[in-house]
Amino acid sequence: MSMSTYALTDSWTMTRRELAHWARQPVQVVVNLVFPVMLLLMFGYLIGGGRGVQGSYIDYVVPGMLALTMAFGLEGTMIAVTQDLNKGVVDRFRSMPMANGAVLVGRSVADMLQSALALFVLMGVGYALGWRADGGPGAFLGAVGLLLFFRFAMLWIGIHLALVAGKPEMVQAVQILVWPIGFLSNALALPETMPGWLGTVVEWNPMSHTATAVRHLFGGTGTEHVAAAIVWPSVLLAVFFPLAVRRFARLSR
Amino acid sequence: MADTAITVEKARKKYGGTADRYALDGLDLTVARGTVHAVLGPNGAGKTTLVRILSTLLRPDSGRVEVAGHDVVRQAYDVRLRIGLLGQHAALDEELGGHQNLEMFGRLYHLGARHARVRAAELLERFGLADTGRKPVKQYSGGMRRRLDLAASLITDPEVLFLDEPTTGLDPRGRAEVWSAVRSLVGGGTTVLLTTQYLEEADQLADRISVVDAGRVIADGTADELKALTGGDRIDVVLRDAGHLGAAVALLPVPKDDVRVDPDRRLLSAPVTDRMAALSGVVRALEEAGIEAEDVALRRPTLDEVFLHLTGDDRRVKEPA
Repeated sequence: MSMSTYALTDSWTMTRRELAHWARQPVQVVVNLVFPVMLLLMFGYLIGGGRGVQGSYIDYVVPGMLALTMAFGLEGTMIAVTQDLNKGVVDRFRSMPMANGAVLVGRSVADMLQSALALFVLMGVGYALGWRADGGPGAFLGAVGLLLFFRFAMLWIGIHLALVAGKPEMVQAVQILVWPIGFLSNALALPETMPGWLGTVVEWNPMSHTATAVRHLFGGTGTEHVAAAIVWPSVLLAVFFPLAVRRFARLSR
Repeated sequence: MADTAITVEKARKKYGGTADRYALDGLDLTVARGTVHAVLGPNGAGKTTLVRILSTLLRPDSGRVEVAGHDVVRQAYDVRLRIGLLGQHAALDEELGGHQNLEMFGRLYHLGARHARVRAAELLERFGLADTGRKPVKQYSGGMRRRLDLAASLITDPEVLFLDEPTTGLDPRGRAEVWSAVRSLVGGGTTVLLTTQYLEEADQLADRISVVDAGRVIADGTADELKALTGGDRIDVVLRDAGHLGAAVALLPVPKDDVRVDPDRRLLSAPVTDRMAALSGVVRALEEAGIEAEDVALRRPTLDEVFLHLTGDDRRVKEPA
């Protein structure tokens, strides 16, 4: 159909919409960037003691915090999609002769940009705290790529959950769940220091693979867990991307 | 065919999740091109479901629905090119300003960046919103929001415009603004389908009215035709003293049961057949009985009376207590 020719321009228009929101609410943008920095400072200094970590805890916790920030991005995506659905503006989009997926693509591009910015800021603060990436430029880019790939999977889970739950009250429920799932990983502490069963759960958490792979790439200590950090988000995407797209199309049922 | 803008045949749509409750239960509707058609009904009658199906937001479970010559399910894209929608809730980006909203929608209608900006400025001017500047929509008054919403649904001069309860929640001034905007559209040849709970609104704006209840059209016609359904003209008598209401009922030339009595307004109302004979007869009878009247008037029935007659009263008769 003639719709597909407009897919790119419509997606760009929808991305511009999100960027216009940023320009409207610079304080909100800054708060979103400061929050993970605060967590990093908290865990790096206040609580951190490097539970079982050999070497510098800052080298351990910065990559963990980067991965955790990508995971928490799920909330932001879910909130934004839920608000759109409940405000009626999506009804106007859906009654217009625009490319079907542009609403979701615009959301994705804006959220990925926001996450890239968050990574940039966090790594800057990490650098100031003494964290160094010694693995070389190739490994560095690989690590950033893995983090954003993980965020991309979280993004589509967020879109799907918003389309399924659809109500602001449900966002709160998911927020409460995201935290333990985020912390039940090796982002902040080694699984070896945890009770046996918990350590197992933590090692299975897809986020742990991303955090470990990124640690190795930044540290220049090999490509351990890189395969898992590619496979897990791929699996999540293979499940949630089609589910979310189908859900969106089924708003008309 | 060419002079029909909307055709709905036996449209059915289940409520989400329920097994056997229908929001639309075999609804039929035809709207002629270039006319204003009101769909009148109480909450839950299926009005919003109908508009959502006509504007391609929902698919009917069965039946045939065509808008501007295209099927809403199989040719949704062609329908979307030709319609405008003003939903019950403002379909706007609340964070952005009026111009930003209209420009964005213009781009999504593929007007191109420059044309989208020009069109946005034109529409803001036309709807008296040119001085809103960068103010975000969330700071607009209800009337301003509605006007911007209406402007957004007119970006491409749609062939068919849907208005779902366009004045619900507006103050009288906001309502008057929307009404005059709708009237100005009609001259341009746009077909308008509006839903409303306000009988006055249907009476004021619409060429034809479909009364819906429980997902079906239960009556269809011009305002005058519908009013005739309740039995033609009525006579209203306002007495000086409410104490005489009982005595005055017996003086009216109709069976006692047909007389509506409103003690608060000291009012009697009854259907009449021969207008002039009824008027002079009632005035004379009141004089002879020594009952003082403040006002005696002949009038057409209101749509309120039509509505009660078609829905409430009928239902009461059908459902034994």
